[in-house]
Amino acid sequence: GGEQQYVTTGEIIGSETGFLRGHGTHAKDGKLQATVSGFVQRVNKLVSVHALNARYTGEIGDVVVCRVLELGDKRWKLDCNSRQNAVLLLSSVHLPGGVQRRRTLEDQLRMRQFYVEGDLISAEVQNIMSDGAISLHTRSLRYGKLLNGFFLSVPASLIKRCKQHFHTLSSLSIDLILGNNGYIWLQKSAKKHLGKLERIQAEGKRPLGAVAVEEEKGEGGESK
Amino acid sequence: MSKREYISPQGLRIDGRRASEIRRVSSKLGLFSHADGSASIEQGNTKIIASVYGPREAKRRSEALHDRAFVTCEYTTAPFATNERKQRRKADRRLKEISLELKNIFESIISTHLYPRSQISLFVQVLQSDGGDVAAAINACSLALIDAGIPMQDFLTACSVGFLDGVAVLDTNYTEGIGSGPEMTLAVLPKTKAIGYIKMSNKLPIQHLETMIETATEGCIQIYEILKENVKAHSFALLHARGT
Repeated sequence: GGEQQYVTTGEIIGSETGFLRGHGTHAKDGKLQATVSGFVQRVNKLVSVHALNARYTGEIGDVVVCRVLELGDKRWKLDCNSRQNAVLLLSSVHLPGGVQRRRTLEDQLRMRQFYVEGDLISAEVQNIMSDGAISLHTRSLRYGKLLNGFFLSVPASLIKRCKQHFHTLSSLSIDLILGNNGYIWLQKSAKKHLGKLERIQAEGKRPLGAVAVEEEKGEGGESK
Repeated sequence: MSKREYISPQGLRIDGRRASEIRRVSSKLGLFSHADGSASIEQGNTKIIASVYGPREAKRRSEALHDRAFVTCEYTTAPFATNERKQRRKADRRLKEISLELKNIFESIISTHLYPRSQISLFVQVLQSDGGDVAAAINACSLALIDAGIPMQDFLTACSVGFLDGVAVLDTNYTEGIGSGPEMTLAVLPKTKAIGYIKMSNKLPIQHLETMIETATEGCIQIYEILKENVKAHSFALLHARGT
């Protein structure tokens, strides 16, 4: 990041012609002006400026950790460190038993049995509404209420997007959920979450061919 | 009653400055971890802190606007800020007026159309008052908004200017401010030098108005250059601390 151009609010980045205005910029008198203070990112013709500290802006598919704030009409309102409260619709919640059915009035009345104000849940972003509000879903078994653990909050810009947001620190037997919104959850791993290699070693058996495979890989690495 | 001399025959003011010199400006960003953005500014002996919460869900649904964010501002003075300890009530009219003025300025500067149905709250507190309070408050708010990553049209900076002994004096302190001359607070957008806020107390002969505004604009640009470097230094320090 040392070679990137840094701009403060109001500084001119360049002329407007031939460039697409991205986040953090606006055009004034044919010139591109920065509206936030940060580093300029140029991707082909798109010029944008990203601030170092900003609230979480959701993208579809992000894993987030949120706290329930209130119950509404067939929905929960959650705090997810974003500009507005996130919404979790009753129809987007995983029903016990894996049943796929229409939500009835009884489901609506039993909403409190799922999540109550103050609960922490992990969920995935399903949709972004036109005003920027995030709509979540917990339609998989890996999402849901989080209990018996430790919650931590960091600036959202520190969490990079990656393939996996559910991690296990096997040497410490800790499960980790790195929410894209900067909310992190830590809990003790259950024994069944141990990786295959660790489990076999724990049982005192050496997996067949494991040593040979490692040596092969090592040689392959060195020859490169 | 002897007339107080604000500018000596050598052209020096009470604190030894020249007419067009600003006081020493220093600022710090990111003071509070729980606020989205925060900053403190010291202009001479005037010390002000500002913090920004937002954009976040509007506390009162009835106030939320469907197409943009609305800004609230609370400007308070600490009881220990002035020479004599004075407990000010929250409903103090002067403080409410300044709060409303700050809200109006920043509501027009911030790109509120990017955050529909949200609320941006500004909290400003004067810790030490030695003149140019509102100007320093505007500077502190600008810094806090930059720290929060909230987009604005430009880096609004403000400066106070007075007219004493026939000379426009820049960045008045408390003694110069309550003197016999007028005190003007001016905020400009540095790129275009467009005026964002202008307020004056007392009377001023009309022929001196342009000089006052020009002097104040110069002061604002000087403060802008200093604050710009501070923001840049803070960002690089933050980036370094994050290990990138």
